[in-house]
Amino acid sequence: MQAIERDQLETLALRVREHIIRLSTDGGCFIGASLSCADLITYLYSHVLDISPERVDDPARDYFLLSKGHDVPALYGTLAELGYFDRARLANHLKATDNLYWHPNRSIPGVEFHSGSLGHLLSVGVGVALDIRMRKNANRVFVLLGDGELNEGSIWESCLVAQAHHLDNLVAIVDRNSFQANTRTESLIPLEPLEDKFTAFGWSPRRIDGHSFDQMAEVFSSLPFEKGKPSVVIADTVRGKGLPSIEERADRWFVNFSSEEVAMLLDELHGIGDAALTSETLFVR
Amino acid sequence: MTYEELLRQITTDDDRVLVMTAENRAAIRNLPQHLGERLIDVGISEMTMIGAAAGLALRGRIPIVHALATFLTLRAFEFIRTDVGIPSLPVKLVGAVPGFLSDGNGPTHQALEDISLMRGIPGMQVFAPADNDEMISGITAIIASPRPWYIRFNSLPAVTEHHEPFAIGKAEEHGDGKDVAILTYGFLFREAWTAAQLLNAEGIRCRVVNLRTLKPLDEAAVIRAVNECAMLVTVEDHFKTGGLVSILAELCLEKQIMCPLLPIALEERWFRPATLPRVLEHEECTGQDIAARILTELERRGYRHDLQVLSESHFKTYL
Repeated sequence: MQAIERDQLETLALRVREHIIRLSTDGGCFIGASLSCADLITYLYSHVLDISPERVDDPARDYFLLSKGHDVPALYGTLAELGYFDRARLANHLKATDNLYWHPNRSIPGVEFHSGSLGHLLSVGVGVALDIRMRKNANRVFVLLGDGELNEGSIWESCLVAQAHHLDNLVAIVDRNSFQANTRTESLIPLEPLEDKFTAFGWSPRRIDGHSFDQMAEVFSSLPFEKGKPSVVIADTVRGKGLPSIEERADRWFVNFSSEEVAMLLDELHGIGDAALTSETLFVR
Repeated sequence: MTYEELLRQITTDDDRVLVMTAENRAAIRNLPQHLGERLIDVGISEMTMIGAAAGLALRGRIPIVHALATFLTLRAFEFIRTDVGIPSLPVKLVGAVPGFLSDGNGPTHQALEDISLMRGIPGMQVFAPADNDEMISGITAIIASPRPWYIRFNSLPAVTEHHEPFAIGKAEEHGDGKDVAILTYGFLFREAWTAAQLLNAEGIRCRVVNLRTLKPLDEAAVIRAVNECAMLVTVEDHFKTGGLVSILAELCLEKQIMCPLLPIALEERWFRPATLPRVLEHEECTGQDIAARILTELERRGYRHDLQVLSESHFKTYL
């Protein structure tokens, strides 16, 4: 990847992180998990998905389904930055006059389907992929899953169905931040060896650093990984990425920060200060 | 015409229509060879089937999905409510062997809360055909409807001809008797209809209201029955909670109307598994049983004299 291209991506991801931080006040948001997949969503929308703000209803577009719906600040931040809707609309977060809340609403331009209940959108993706193949079209379906979400049996049910139907136009991406809501995945429901699980279910896995645009460029340009098999990208990420005071902190799962804390976090993101946080996580699960 | 023949015709005429199944092929066993990839069998995966049906509907398809009524409405309930219900996608859910029709399977297979669950989803419509004829005459309109539907599959032969053409939200009234109105849906219509014949022969003037679609409900037909008849009887193979008794109660309370009621439903229990005729006998839901239960209730309420029916002994001899 050229240095200029990487700089542009990093700038876009920084803008998206700024949006995530601003959404974490006046009601709060799932800040840690949103920050972990911000680079992935930024890269997908700017470099992988065949879609644009003018083509959100085009049947030939690529589909992006956010199955881990609580990461929607990362999606909304990306969509706003790329012109799917006005950035100013983000100020309506958690206002009853708009549809911007803690999980995706499909009336927002660019959102393909609502989510929030974990373990659903891989099955929806199977349906979309089946129809695309039935029509002999070339578009693809990307589904972003959380690693904690892999606890849900419906995910593995859909994995079996997808491989049975040889859906190589279906791509799952696991945001492997190694946390579920309140604890580390490996200390609650261990998932490793994760590639082996997907391989055993008939999928073709690749593992990358989910914050490396170079690795994303390599892996997303070689889809499908194997003809006739669905692909899965296991992206190792850091929950809270970009904010040292939040990174890898189980107690920063969902926080409603004060406006002063938001200002400190924005400074921390830009490397010009440390955030002294006092607000505690809200256990919403 | 069979259900299978109808689906074959509809899928030929309209390429938006797809048939899906969670390896429940009893009603569609010959379709795979005709439909090719437009019949999607996901195996025993009800949740994935519903999610995938939602995905297909997003792409403009009209999926008709098949599974046993219990597993469809219970195992996949949240997928139906969340992926089909919230966006109100035109997915048609066909539940096999609902209610008493699960005969010898046992309580795991007894869908006795399916109406309650499905009608509780905003926008979801519910069709419970009385027999194969009614199912065939209703399916086309239901597929043409832009809403999600739950269909209580029923391919049993008809006990009587249907004089009223199928229309969504319209009940079929058999008779206009003012002593007793029997409200029913699904295959128990045949037993209710038999009971009405027996009671009419004894001078108890009965009407049977075959509701057909429980949602939308033919409120006018129900209100007529409440206002015009001395006693109402509900007959259903469903838990008393959430089914027709609840539907009736909700309507009567809203309209501030009242009527004596004999509810025939399963109250806080599953039914004893057996072959269907034995289930009906054991649950006292044959036409004769229903007639006798109505007669007993009329007696208990002291209505017999008012109705000027023949003596109880004569009635019993007739039975």
